[in-house]
Amino acid sequence: MVENRRWLNLLSHAILLLGIGVLAFPIYVTFVASTVEMRDIIRPPLPLVPGPHFIDNYSEALTRGVAQASGSPVALMLWNSLVMALAIAIGKIVISLLSAFAIVYFRFPLRMLCFWTIFITLMLPVEVRILPTFKVVADLGMLNSHAGLAIPLIASATATFLFRQFFLTIPDELVEAARMDGAGPLRFFNDILLPLTRTNVAALFVILFIYGWNQYLWPLLITTDASMTTIVMGINRMIAPSEDQTNWPVVMATTMLAMLPPIIVVVTMQRLFVKGLVETEK
Amino acid sequence: MRLNRNAILLAAALSFAGSFAQPAAAATEIQFWHAFTGPLGEILAKQVEGFNASESDYQVVAVYKGNYSEALNAGVAAFRAKQQPHILQVFEVGTATMMAAKGAVNPVFEVMKAGGETFDPAVYLPTVTGYYTDLEGNMLSMPYNSSTPVLYYNKEAFQAAGLDPESPPKTWQEFGAALDALQASGSVCPFTTTWQSWVHLENFSAWHNVPFATQANGFGGLDTTLVFNGPTQVRHIQQLGDWARDGKFVYGGRRNESGARFNSGECAMLTESSAGYASIKAQTEFDFGVSSLPYWDDADGAPQNTIIGGASLWVLTGHPQEEYEGVAKFFSYLSSPEVQAEWHQQTGYLPITHAAYDLTKEQGFYEQNPGTETALIQMTAKAPTENSKGVRLGSFDQIRGIIDEELEAVWAGTKSAQEALDSAVERGNVLLRRFERANN
Amino acid sequence: MEKRVVFRSSPLPYLLVLPQLAVTAVFFLWPASQALYQSLLIEDPFGLSTEFVWFENFENLFADPLYIGSFWTTAYFSAAVTALSLGLALLLAVMADRVVKGAMTYKTLLIWPYAVAPAIAGVLWLFLFNPSIGLVAYYLKIVGYNWNHVLNGGEAMLLVVIAAAWKQVSYNFLFFLAGLQAIPKSLIEAAAIDGAGPVRRFWTIVFPLLSPTTFFLLVVNLVYAFFDTFGIIHAVTKGGPGKATEILVYKVYSDGFVGLDLGGSAAQSVILMAIVVGLTVIQFRFIERRVHY
Repeated sequence: MVENRRWLNLLSHAILLLGIGVLAFPIYVTFVASTVEMRDIIRPPLPLVPGPHFIDNYSEALTRGVAQASGSPVALMLWNSLVMALAIAIGKIVISLLSAFAIVYFRFPLRMLCFWTIFITLMLPVEVRILPTFKVVADLGMLNSHAGLAIPLIASATATFLFRQFFLTIPDELVEAARMDGAGPLRFFNDILLPLTRTNVAALFVILFIYGWNQYLWPLLITTDASMTTIVMGINRMIAPSEDQTNWPVVMATTMLAMLPPIIVVVTMQRLFVKGLVETEK
Repeated sequence: MRLNRNAILLAAALSFAGSFAQPAAAATEIQFWHAFTGPLGEILAKQVEGFNASESDYQVVAVYKGNYSEALNAGVAAFRAKQQPHILQVFEVGTATMMAAKGAVNPVFEVMKAGGETFDPAVYLPTVTGYYTDLEGNMLSMPYNSSTPVLYYNKEAFQAAGLDPESPPKTWQEFGAALDALQASGSVCPFTTTWQSWVHLENFSAWHNVPFATQANGFGGLDTTLVFNGPTQVRHIQQLGDWARDGKFVYGGRRNESGARFNSGECAMLTESSAGYASIKAQTEFDFGVSSLPYWDDADGAPQNTIIGGASLWVLTGHPQEEYEGVAKFFSYLSSPEVQAEWHQQTGYLPITHAAYDLTKEQGFYEQNPGTETALIQMTAKAPTENSKGVRLGSFDQIRGIIDEELEAVWAGTKSAQEALDSAVERGNVLLRRFERANN
Repeated sequence: MEKRVVFRSSPLPYLLVLPQLAVTAVFFLWPASQALYQSLLIEDPFGLSTEFVWFENFENLFADPLYIGSFWTTAYFSAAVTALSLGLALLLAVMADRVVKGAMTYKTLLIWPYAVAPAIAGVLWLFLFNPSIGLVAYYLKIVGYNWNHVLNGGEAMLLVVIAAAWKQVSYNFLFFLAGLQAIPKSLIEAAAIDGAGPVRRFWTIVFPLLSPTTFFLLVVNLVYAFFDTFGIIHAVTKGGPGKATEILVYKVYSDGFVGLDLGGSAAQSVILMAIVVGLTVIQFRFIERRVHY
């Protein structure tokens, strides 16, 4: 620190605490709402301390609440979300590592075409091409399968681009050294590139895991079988039921359950996540 | 140990779900996509279980596909990909879309005939089935959940305002006086409504026997145009707008969000679907009453009858004939007086057959639950006219969205009723023309 | 930027890019081309009757003041989300960069909203501001402000902006903090010796040095506001009241999935795709070295 002005430090702490408070407030209220009864909620104000119905609401969410909405218990939905999120994260990382490696370390005809083909998918949301994509998946017989949930969503350029950027920062001397040692491209990839990329893979994994976990519209459309329901689509279904009043306490309990896994991933893998995320930017 | 018990429950639920995923190989599977969650979803599941238990050749598999719009979309997308279910629950505003899709829909009357089920259209309540019947009187879809809007009022608030809790306002004129009294007694929300277009334009028009759209509200053909900007409707919407300005009418959302404000005691009166009865009864801690929708007593022909909302079951084409026999059996089961009466009494939805109505009367249900017959009386008091059979428009979901937007401008005081309704008619007609063109 | 040293060409690179190209072609290019074709048709939802109309769907769109309005809504929304989330994140990052004690704890407590799904973020804020039952709406009423975002377009916009910015603050915070920590302390010390106060130091030294980060975040946030906020709009306002919060992506959804107007919706998709391609090119040309995902 350049100088140590007491009031400035106090101000910094105050602003940070305030920021944390504002960020956390909605979650706290959600938690409180998940521990009270519907009748407490429709008579505002909601109390600011948790109520006595924690166990009731969470066990209803776990065993019945979401099951009503989708015909499958929440444990199964958490499992489906987990499988989908892992498949998307791992799938993207694998195909992106390979294609980024090809694009950076080889010169071959149509290289730029390949690059642009992949690149143009960057940022395009699923929402705008969802109907035709649905038809393709149906024609391939992939409805109601984990493959159908995950594979269409790994068609994105974000990871490829990230790895490309990273590979470009790796000193050329490494390739020269490898070639002098007689190592082929696959040896180089496996022995040198992969270990160097580990941090990026971990960081990307966190981001993609969250991306996969938070998918909503796609699973909603392609799963016609209750045993394939994911947790986020389960919640969204509970918020705006066709004919019923929203059952807020149970919705909020389910919301807490749905938010926990990605938050745990971010917080526990924080060091890797932050390091990888920021380092790739250099 | 609580945790262990839950774990066991979960394991049981999982194995239960697993056993459902693989039905007995012998039975033919009938896919039924629906939009029901919560208590309604449970009752639906019970009906399906009841049918499956009574049946060895066919097993109905009920799949929740999101809310009404999502379920319809899922059905359409699945049809285009040739993965459609046998039965699709479609809300009433999707009726014209389904009817126009001749090659995609297997009309219910034909399904029943081909399935060898005894099918007599006369056993059904005409005001319910009329919404889903073509001009020749053929029933195209099976009414499932049908309701009509009624007035709910807080008896304690009435008392506090010096109003007689046993004589709710019958006309909108009386209603205005009640609003004044409620406001004077300190109510911050004398009145709110759910489903504004359905209650205050579609049903309002039928109730006052004025057209909502030409060609008998769209029953006569796709070349219909909207005409709900007539003087009767404009007067009503303007009155609501004035009440909104004076704080007597508080707007709470396009769907049924306002229900919570009535249930909490904040709002004294609520216009809401008759099917809202169960949740209002469960959540309120005060005495409430149910009454028929008010009308303007100086309008000719009022009160006529109100129309339904809700959803019906459509049968989609593209499956082997023998599977439709299972569909027909399922529909017969759903129409049986016992199933219907139970459905009606548990949910507040209207029964679809005379027999179920009579059975409910016999069981003394209406005496034990005062107000629950209001909807039926209101719907069946008079034989429906051209203006009160229902509303059948293409792109109706979007047209309702437009109406919502324009009405919101009236409640906010940025447009007069005439301007808003003129604009809604004009914008809606563009969609109707586009729909007509896409379906010719 | 290109590698100077490369491996010799062989069938290998083709094999390496094959999986990604296959997935892209099957699940992206082919559906996108279908959308392109669809945008030239007027069709009923079930695909039973089809009319080829050339560019009529596009003509209708650009003749529709509501569609043009949706562009403005999108621009306004994106600008507000970007400004709010960047401003807050920068403030928090500067403060976190200052404090010595507890910096790590602060960081942990500030990054987790990144993990919340947009749709769920919408639900959280909707619950707080729900005019019937929301806590914030209730206290606003007590202090004399009648919050009703279902009727007031400005309030609805404010609510979705808050929800969208809330979710994005963490991401921006991380990048600003990293950017701040990369600034050599000696520069700041030198300025302090010259007698520059903390505020002046920030505006003359720190902020200019942060500008690459800021520019990068600007683009990322705009893209986020354009596309990823669909879930928030869907959960909170459904585009209403009126058309007050109907951004372009939401209109594609509501025309296509609620209105079942496939041609019109496909035409909007095509326009969005063009915008995306445009943004991508800009990003690639001008900030290539800064991009990361």
